[in-house]
Amino acid sequence: MGIKWDEFFVTGDPLIFASQIGIALTLIGALAGITYFKKWNYLWTEWLTTVDHKKIGIMYILMGVLMFVRGGIDGLMMKGQTAVPENGFLNAQHYNEVFTTHGVIMILFVAMPLLIGLMNFVIPLQIGARDVAFPQLNALSFWLTFSGAMLFNISFIIGGSPDAGWTSYFPLAGKEFSPGIGNNYYAVALQIAGAGTLMTGINFVVTVLKMRTKGMTLMKMPMFTWTSFITSIIIVASFPIFTVALALMTFDRTFGTHFFTISGGGMDMLWANLFWLWGHPEVYIVVLPAFGMLSDIISTFARKTLYGYKSMVISIVMISVLSMLVWVHHFFTMGNSAAVNSFFSITTMAIAIPTGVKVFNWLFTMRKGRIKFTTAMLWALAFVPNFVIGGVTGVMLAMAAADYQYHNTLFLVAHFHYVLIPGVVFPIFAGLYFWWPKMFGYMLNERIGKWNFWLFVVGFNVTFMPMFFLGLDGAVRRAYTYSAETGFGPLMMISAIGSIILAAGFAALVYNIYWSARYADRNIGNDPWDARTLEWATATPVQHYNFASLPEVTKLDAFWHMKKNDQLQPLKEDEVEEIHLPSNTWIPIYMGVVFGISGFLLVFEWTIAAAIAAIGIFAGLAFRSFDYDEGFHVHKDEILETEGIWRKGANKGVKNHVS
Amino acid sequence: MSAKVNAALPLEYQTEQNRMNILGFWVFLGAEIVLFATLFGVYGVLGERYAGGPTQKDIFIIRDVLIQTSLLLTSSFTMGISIFEMRRSNIKGMLMWLVFTLLLGGGFLFMEVREFIHYVHEGATMQTSAFLSSFFVLLGTHGLHVTIGIGWAILLIIQILQRGLTPVTARKAFIFGLYWHFLDVVWIFIFTFVYLQGLVM
Repeated sequence: MGIKWDEFFVTGDPLIFASQIGIALTLIGALAGITYFKKWNYLWTEWLTTVDHKKIGIMYILMGVLMFVRGGIDGLMMKGQTAVPENGFLNAQHYNEVFTTHGVIMILFVAMPLLIGLMNFVIPLQIGARDVAFPQLNALSFWLTFSGAMLFNISFIIGGSPDAGWTSYFPLAGKEFSPGIGNNYYAVALQIAGAGTLMTGINFVVTVLKMRTKGMTLMKMPMFTWTSFITSIIIVASFPIFTVALALMTFDRTFGTHFFTISGGGMDMLWANLFWLWGHPEVYIVVLPAFGMLSDIISTFARKTLYGYKSMVISIVMISVLSMLVWVHHFFTMGNSAAVNSFFSITTMAIAIPTGVKVFNWLFTMRKGRIKFTTAMLWALAFVPNFVIGGVTGVMLAMAAADYQYHNTLFLVAHFHYVLIPGVVFPIFAGLYFWWPKMFGYMLNERIGKWNFWLFVVGFNVTFMPMFFLGLDGAVRRAYTYSAETGFGPLMMISAIGSIILAAGFAALVYNIYWSARYADRNIGNDPWDARTLEWATATPVQHYNFASLPEVTKLDAFWHMKKNDQLQPLKEDEVEEIHLPSNTWIPIYMGVVFGISGFLLVFEWTIAAAIAAIGIFAGLAFRSFDYDEGFHVHKDEILETEGIWRKGANKGVKNHVS
Repeated sequence: MSAKVNAALPLEYQTEQNRMNILGFWVFLGAEIVLFATLFGVYGVLGERYAGGPTQKDIFIIRDVLIQTSLLLTSSFTMGISIFEMRRSNIKGMLMWLVFTLLLGGGFLFMEVREFIHYVHEGATMQTSAFLSSFFVLLGTHGLHVTIGIGWAILLIIQILQRGLTPVTARKAFIFGLYWHFLDVVWIFIFTFVYLQGLVM
């Protein structure tokens, strides 16, 4: 039994009590609202049971934005606490919990869902396919990720949050030093979400290999497709390691085994190795798709073909190989031999080479281009210098001897925020502005977009630039407070002010989504950006079967060439065929629910109850096995009607908001 | 998704969706290889950390392990014959060999459970030492895979009895075959690097 009943709900903290009430009211409000507006049926048939890659992508993005709010509030709380010396806003335990959940949520429930959401939406369209290879599996991936995220998020009101950092190093994360159930949430929730991610990886490897449209050879794929493909391979190669690591953590904490414990012959460094064997590739899992989006966005708005396409491909392949060979640089100071540290120093620095190639390729793509300064492009432009700061400080950290100075300071924290925010968040925002019209049929407002951009970029730099200097002055990370004599106060205060500007920038994005949903022009045509790849060759918003007839490709930037050479074929009515699509299914969301329940029981170490709940998982698998639903066909008349509507206005006299 | 059938190919490869499913399963097996490789790595690191508890030599009974090994290896062989019969469109033969496969797999599981119970009676439990933790989790993961495989195959047998051999049922059986052979490969590594190496250590 892991917990006493009176500890079930976290009590005694006014902040948490307020959130408990807030969550209860929001839930009741949402349920009442859906019931009042009679939206249950719509929600169930159009979203919860969907297998359409576009809707799944949108649900991922929605989840990512919501989690961004949660993770962002965690970040603001940390900044509020450290703004002045000896602050009493958060106590040490609460601060530990907040930085742990901030890290986990931002990486696994913000960056990954937003990227996988965009991948889901865009990749099948870019390769001219009607869906991913395994649409039902795709839905399952989403619901497992969602289930894991929800399980992780309730930790701070029920049972207590994990508090051993997002890396959860042993022995701290073990039962001996973390006797509560908080870290069980970490082990179980990430396990469930990780299973979903692994399936996404498998799905996209097969989708890209098997479902490209006629003529699209590997070397004619858009760069976002390439990076998503390589990312999927890294997912398949690295997530099982995390699966094992988390399972062993669960065994240690729940069943008293000795993998990472001090006693019984366990080895705590084994956790650090396993964690980073997954954790470092994970960095590239989030950054590579982002690179791909930037490549497509830059070439669209520079109105040039991507410079150095082949070297881009070689670079991402090299990065993917090297990503598996650098994990020790996360613990240079933890007792490796000089030879080991040297080896991993060199592999780490080597990653700067392919990354540098990519940066120069982006710059050369822009050179002599007639650049359109849209919000999406602004994010891409801001990415380059900011990411280079992150990259260069990364090379500084890569030197093992020097790392003894930087290790565990705010310098490191500033470094990885300079990598992950310009390298992942900027591109995600760029991607949202860029593909939003394809998803919803209207554009995000460019004016509010500029506010979003400037507040966010300025806020980001004001927040994290001081942390480099604080770190060099010796401010350690994960410390909930500091004394006035350290002299950290002024820079910490600047950093805290920056975080408020950063939050205002994010709020501008949220407001933009609201404003644009209400007021934006719906008459934008299918190609508002004058773009280059196939997703822009079909209707806006995309009709549920994607393409009436699958496009044929002869060159890179296929759609661009079609437009330039006047090869946009009008749809020939007699060539339209019925389109076969998969049916909706309740199984994925059901699996998400039973995984969530079983996981929740396992968190509380009620193992027998968890095992009984797990029977529901196998029942779901059996249902799926006996499910011979063959999908449905979209009739010719429906296709002709849909196509007639959007093609009337397409490609001529299109309202273009930019040029 | 495409319903186009290429009748020149074996049943399980005839539709595009089937070809994708089979490729997808190969990729999944790639992930499984990483999973087991990690577990072997963990065993490699912890396998000699006994914490005063029993060592490999103290507990392993090589005769029982040999019986387990021959049961599982034979089951892989009968699985192969089952797919061979499927290619000859002989449902009866296919199912017969599939049932043999499951019986052998069941025998293997029975022996493994017996082995575990024996160890626990000897005082060698998962909680005793790092060696035993990694031993039980590595073998337990393999055993769990075998158990799931048996349940899966029973569902397949029911479907084949209901529907006969179609591209879909043939593909499912073929994929199960891949899975079963894979478990055999993993066992060969367990037999070599856990049992044999443990006895010569």
